[in-house]
Amino acid sequence: MNMRSENFTMAPRQTSRNASGHTHASAPAKLSVQDLNFYYGSFQAIKNVSMEIPSNQVTAYIGPSGCGKSTLLRCFNRMHDLYPGLKTEGGILLDGQDIHASGVDINLLRARIGMVFQKPTPFPMSVYDNIAFGVKLYERLSRRDMDERVEWALKKAALWNEVKDKLKTNGQSLSGGQQQRLCIARTIAVKPEVILLDEPTSALDPISTGYIEDLIHELKTDYTIVIVTHNMQQAARVSDITAFMYLGELIECGHTDQIFTDPEKKQTEDYITGRYG
Amino acid sequence: MTTGSSVTPQAAEGDRMQKLSASEHERTALKRNGLVDRVFEITTRGSALMVLLLLGTITGSLVLAGWPALSELGLSFFTDDRWAANVNRFGALPAIYGTLVTSLIAIAIAIPVSLGIAIFLTEICPPKLRRTIGTMVELLAGVPSIIYGMWGMEVLAPFLQSHFPSVFPAGTGLTTAGLILAIMIIPFITAVTRDVMNTVPSIMRESAYGLGCTTWEVVRHVIFPSVKAGMLGGVILGLGRALGETMAVTFVIGNNLFLNATVTGQGTSIAALIANQFSEADGLQRSALLLLGLVLFLITFAVLALARFMLNRTNQRAPS
Repeated sequence: MNMRSENFTMAPRQTSRNASGHTHASAPAKLSVQDLNFYYGSFQAIKNVSMEIPSNQVTAYIGPSGCGKSTLLRCFNRMHDLYPGLKTEGGILLDGQDIHASGVDINLLRARIGMVFQKPTPFPMSVYDNIAFGVKLYERLSRRDMDERVEWALKKAALWNEVKDKLKTNGQSLSGGQQQRLCIARTIAVKPEVILLDEPTSALDPISTGYIEDLIHELKTDYTIVIVTHNMQQAARVSDITAFMYLGELIECGHTDQIFTDPEKKQTEDYITGRYG
Repeated sequence: MTTGSSVTPQAAEGDRMQKLSASEHERTALKRNGLVDRVFEITTRGSALMVLLLLGTITGSLVLAGWPALSELGLSFFTDDRWAANVNRFGALPAIYGTLVTSLIAIAIAIPVSLGIAIFLTEICPPKLRRTIGTMVELLAGVPSIIYGMWGMEVLAPFLQSHFPSVFPAGTGLTTAGLILAIMIIPFITAVTRDVMNTVPSIMRESAYGLGCTTWEVVRHVIFPSVKAGMLGGVILGLGRALGETMAVTFVIGNNLFLNATVTGQGTSIAALIANQFSEADGLQRSALLLLGLVLFLITFAVLALARFMLNRTNQRAPS
């Protein structure tokens, strides 16, 4: 990271965050989930989940469809707030601070916790603006600094070489794999602390998937990464920690090697050996 | 009968029988579908041709009926700033001007208001209220134009006259007509805009919110650019209605047949002029009115063509 990125601050939020102090500065948990329950109306999608997500590691959630893993991921940036009738109980702490506390600016929270979705969602604007758009929301950069930031983000997302000559073309005209890397670049450009990946390769071909998995490896030096995936091999390849969820419950959570070679719970073993799911 | 050297004759025979019976089944099925398909094709093609036929005959009869006026009056039909049947002056300028001005005023008011309603309905409004307001907008679209006309004449015009006498000395006029037209087309533009905004995938919204956007930023930078082209369709629909609207406009436009350049003054529109005079017209006046109808037809056509052109250009710039 260069000088500029170290100077980077999320100005309005920074003060309020410092005010209550980084008491957990030494603790490796970036996100901590405490007795989380989540309801879609009367249906309980997440049941009493508690776990810690360590800093600068890749944490993967696996489990059959409908097990609540995406729902849990969307709790982290309070995406559920967009829709009425959904209810969250329990706490999620980001650096020791409750993200549901009153006075938390939800837009700033989402700037700190970036998200990439199942399908590429480039905005209807140029490749350059797709990256610059998010940055402009929270920072005022000179033209030159912005150019640098865009280049930095695109390089980080391993897309720069493919798009450097077409920064002015519409982001939606790129190929699917490029679009998804553009979305990752867009997320990185804002310099979040956590990146949530919700089945980021489910709509991509194997080559693009490979690119993105390599990318995840590289990104964890700077970011805390949480990924939801249907693909167990993917979880095994990219993650340090794996959490297995089933019917809204967290069945088992541990080091990826251990989960895949020596799971403690029978259910986990059944799932990863393909007996159900 | 020939069989492959690698299979026994019996097996080959059995195979052939199976294939034969299968293909016979297929054949009868195809035959039946073929007939249905043909009937289907002929009827749909016939309906489509009907459109061409209608358009052709309408244009043809308007040209034929307007020809005497055009040959008699020549270019002065388009340049004369007065329509006075008693002295055989038939200048279309006041009516053309009125039609364009009232429609432009209507569009200028309706676009921002409709956009506001649509944004509120899709992005901000709680779901329960959304249903109610949505239904009310649709009801507004169903109000007959004569109601708007009477309301405009009895309520809106007197209101404008008493509150802004210096701007609206008569109450009625081009701007009053534009206001009424705006109210009439807002439901159309709103409905179309709301529908296209609903087609923006929720994942797109979520990505923008996920970056930390406020609702305004999501709408301004992500939703609006995605729906511009679709919204244009609604605007054109509204514009088409505004250009041709007769009843409501006739009530409030003032029916002044001289060219009046002030947009708040009284004037006339093509449709209003035809509605006022056609039943008692004969000879040259009748032909001139029909020619006026052709002009309205062409204006509407030009607007649609322009819209199509703009739509194509937007689509080329932003493939989706």
